[in-house]
Amino acid sequence: MVSMNLSRLIGRLLPKGRTPHYLVYTGGSIVAWIIIMSLIAPLLTEYDPTVPVANPLQPPSPKHPLGTNNLGYDMYSRLLYGGRTVLYIVLLSTLISMVAGVILGLVSGYYGGLKDRILTLIMDSVYSFPDVILAIAISIALGPGIYNAAIAIAVVYIPTYFRMVRGQALVLREQGYVTAARMLGAKDWWIMSRYILPNLLPVVVVVFTLNVTDAILTEAALSFLGLGVVPPTPDWGYDLRAGQTYLPAGYWWLVTFPGLMIMLLVIGFSLIGEGLNDILNPRISRR
Amino acid sequence: MASLRSYIITRLLLVIPMIFIVLTVIFIVLRILPGDPVITVLGPKATAEERERLREQLGLNKPIYIQYIEYLGNIVRGDLGRSLIFGRRLVVDEIMDRFPATVELAITSLLFGAGLGILVGSLGALSRRKSVDILSRLYGIISYSFFIPWLGLMLQMGLSIGLGLFPVSGRIDPLLTPPRITGLYLVDSIITGRFDSFLNALWHITLPTVTLGIVISGIFAKLGRTSFSEVLVQDHVLAARARGVREPTIFRHHVAKNAIVPIMTMMGLQFALLLGGTVLTEATFSWPGMGYLLFERILYRDYNVIQGVLIIFGLLVALINLVVDILYAYVDPRVRF
Repeated sequence: MVSMNLSRLIGRLLPKGRTPHYLVYTGGSIVAWIIIMSLIAPLLTEYDPTVPVANPLQPPSPKHPLGTNNLGYDMYSRLLYGGRTVLYIVLLSTLISMVAGVILGLVSGYYGGLKDRILTLIMDSVYSFPDVILAIAISIALGPGIYNAAIAIAVVYIPTYFRMVRGQALVLREQGYVTAARMLGAKDWWIMSRYILPNLLPVVVVVFTLNVTDAILTEAALSFLGLGVVPPTPDWGYDLRAGQTYLPAGYWWLVTFPGLMIMLLVIGFSLIGEGLNDILNPRISRR
Repeated sequence: MASLRSYIITRLLLVIPMIFIVLTVIFIVLRILPGDPVITVLGPKATAEERERLREQLGLNKPIYIQYIEYLGNIVRGDLGRSLIFGRRLVVDEIMDRFPATVELAITSLLFGAGLGILVGSLGALSRRKSVDILSRLYGIISYSFFIPWLGLMLQMGLSIGLGLFPVSGRIDPLLTPPRITGLYLVDSIITGRFDSFLNALWHITLPTVTLGIVISGIFAKLGRTSFSEVLVQDHVLAARARGVREPTIFRHHVAKNAIVPIMTMMGLQFALLLGGTVLTEATFSWPGMGYLLFERILYRDYNVIQGVLIIFGLLVALINLVVDILYAYVDPRVRF
């Protein structure tokens, strides 16, 4: 599993007709659909998501397919543009955690010693804290906003990558070809980037897809608790919170669709991650 | 059992640095990260004089290392300060009022979620039909994908507002509140023999429990499926089959016991997810626990209460990890060495 590089991973994705591959394809289609919808939002709706465009609290109609909210914003337009906000925050934050986690994990696992001990101790204590609650704490300290939310989520998930990469680096640094490279006089950064990192990539890819699902839910949680984006920025978690007040009065369309989108996006990434994991680690799925 | 005792002592000693680190993480997050707590509390429009007064009141005008020592000292003495609003109550009292509600919700959700998840997962692993296995797997993926507030609101919409089967929010009918012994209404009502209170509390806790339980059950379904699959193909199961032992007996004596151990240990790790989940569930159902307290006070920027709740959550995580590790050592002797 470890010694497989990225091109062989892609090669393994190609043969069709097996459950893991269907999982990846189905999940990929869902994610691609949401990404495309949010990218071509201006073509799909004429309304600005941050401006009142109609009477408030209108039920779904041909003109406003998902109705309007208490301020008269078009909910269909908010749904499409909200996808942009969510994807932007989530991908930004998971990329930051991935880069930071992989670098710290590599250094920690490869060098070992005191540096490794201290880093592991810090990472373990961050990891043991409930992710939503830690993200809430960081958001309270930083204040609301897209970039602050992204930073809060990024910090929470650095240990996810760190632990995995460190563990693998500990194993890989003892491999014969690493020793050989060291004896030939290769520098540490060269060994890490050319001999160890490529072997980690397939595992990092799986962890990344599964981590994105947690990050989506955490982003939604921050916005739902009023700590994420600043209104009137369109965002699914925030719209859910805003619509909650109107649910007892029967305005069902305000909460139904944003939550459905959150779930679909999470399911999409989960299916990709589960499928990739099966392809890379077939021991469990084969029965 | 001597090795178990020495393991427990070592593990107990390890709790001290763990708690220390958790408290330090909270301190760093709230005080050292960019962002001024005083501006967080007062908003950007406050005058310099107002800010200075609050800074002094919260002890934020002192050097950072003195703040840190005071912070740890106060926690050791059990002093979490006073609320900045609502009659300036002691934070410890505010939290003690809400703590049992969170514990009650966490326990019922964990029981419901673990039961449901292990059932679905083991069905998938045991069934000879591939379709059942795929359904069980999909259940694991989909239930984990629910955004807790959305699932809660959908259940509320259908069952509470639509059909009127359950209350929309709250913990119990105020007239039926049992006298406080443990603070857990379900337990207190049984102790005092108030059957009507018990039913009312159960009726109120059902939807929050189902919401959080379903989301938690996804992980147990995944774990259950993997764990049962792995045990089923082991040699001792094959040997039992070859000896002609009947399937129900094999399941009870050779499969279930072995498969439950890894699930039990994973249960401890799910507490972090469970605590995060209670915050969202409580915010959705106005369930008066610590998560709802946090949610309320974020709106009012009640700094001391927010800090207090985070500290309690941190201590709770450290404590649960300790209990789980000791239980694990008790079940699996290999851990002790």
